[in-house]
Amino acid sequence: MAASTRPLFEWSWLVSNLDRVGAAVVQHLVLTVSAVIIGLCLSSALAAWCLRHPSRYRRVIEASSLLYTVPSLALFALLAPIVGLGYINATIALVSYTVLILVRNIVTGILQVPGDVVEAAIGMGMTRRRILWTVEVPLALPVIVAGVRIATVTVIGLVTVTALLGLGGLGQLILSGFRVLPPFPTLIVVGTGLSVVLAIAFDLVLLGVQRLATPWQQA
Amino acid sequence: MELLVDTWQWLAEPARWQPTVRNGIPYRIGEHLWVSTVAMLIAAMASIPAAVMLAHYRRAEAWSSSVVNLGRAIPSFGLIVMFWLLASRSEISTQFWPLVAALIALAMPPMFTNSYTAIRSVDPEVLDAARGMGMTDAGIVRHIELLLAAPIIAVGIRLAYVQVIATTAIGAIVTDGGGLGRFIVGGFAQGRGGWPMVVAGAILLALVTLLVDRTLHFLEGRLVSAAGVGNTLAATEVATGAAG
Repeated sequence: MAASTRPLFEWSWLVSNLDRVGAAVVQHLVLTVSAVIIGLCLSSALAAWCLRHPSRYRRVIEASSLLYTVPSLALFALLAPIVGLGYINATIALVSYTVLILVRNIVTGILQVPGDVVEAAIGMGMTRRRILWTVEVPLALPVIVAGVRIATVTVIGLVTVTALLGLGGLGQLILSGFRVLPPFPTLIVVGTGLSVVLAIAFDLVLLGVQRLATPWQQA
Repeated sequence: MELLVDTWQWLAEPARWQPTVRNGIPYRIGEHLWVSTVAMLIAAMASIPAAVMLAHYRRAEAWSSSVVNLGRAIPSFGLIVMFWLLASRSEISTQFWPLVAALIALAMPPMFTNSYTAIRSVDPEVLDAARGMGMTDAGIVRHIELLLAAPIIAVGIRLAYVQVIATTAIGAIVTDGGGLGRFIVGGFAQGRGGWPMVVAGAILLALVTLLVDRTLHFLEGRLVSAAGVGNTLAATEVATGAAG
């Protein structure tokens, strides 16, 4: 066991390695944002299908719960022989963890739109498609965004593990700090700390977006 | 296809199933469940009674819902390495406790929030009636709130347990004590030659996780029928534990 004598945090290292840290943040963001966007598209389609055929909702939720239960390390490992180690592997795994949260929140959000509001829209002669986009989705937005927030924060945490697949990101900083002898605490602290900061920042930004998009909620 | 055959051969090797062989399959499954369960027991004892009491006295309302979000924001891998780092700088062994400490920290938020919400969601009229009958706070907690909240508290325990099992495997990156995660991490380290071990480890890990999840789910069903109340579906909506 190597007793490290380096301090827990070296400010000077961070200042002189800003480009390396910045690159890790960008890699982390690319993986997170692409997984959440793909997850949102996939989940919207699944949710639309569930809303049209309510009997399938339970089965979709059961299947995605099952997928959600599979540990991330096992999912990366099982995908490795099929798609190799890389972006595709990480993205499939990350997307599959967003589906449960997103489908559930989209369906719940749409279903809780008051029935008389939808009836009023029908009475006004609005088409089904128009009702969905101008009545149901806007009214369901707080619940949908709540799901996106949970999914995004979850994915940011999981992306630190994808460093194991050699995909960089903040997990790579943590891994590098751990693998050198003696360990380099600053890398570990910066990698972990920035991941938390990123998660909180995304959470707040998405909350802000939701507030801006649903001005009628502020009463 | 060849990989599936190799994986099968890896799994079918009798020596790996000897219970006494270190690094064998039973040894790693036992280690995995041991590490996870120790962490879960400590986390449950630290979080559930506190949540029940705080919820009963209506304290820390705002804090109780944000704690689960904060827990989700902390990356489990980073937390494990941080605890490993702190242990490596002291006299503590880096094998067992750093991983367990990280698991405890990750398991507490979902159990705390679910328990808190469960107690808070008990119908106030029921509590009024109990008070009117002259029940003490201790009696209300024990005979009414805990009973009615039990199914939702149980869901929190299951979500946390599944998350802890998943995270224990990630611990294999850092220590030798990561149970089944050792096969996956060790296999990756060997390159392509290690893939049968990676796949076999992943299958075993997924099976163990699903088994624990299903077992707890079954027990929840028993609990609901024993308590005669509760809505486990609503509880799942309360806190989906972070995926590990």
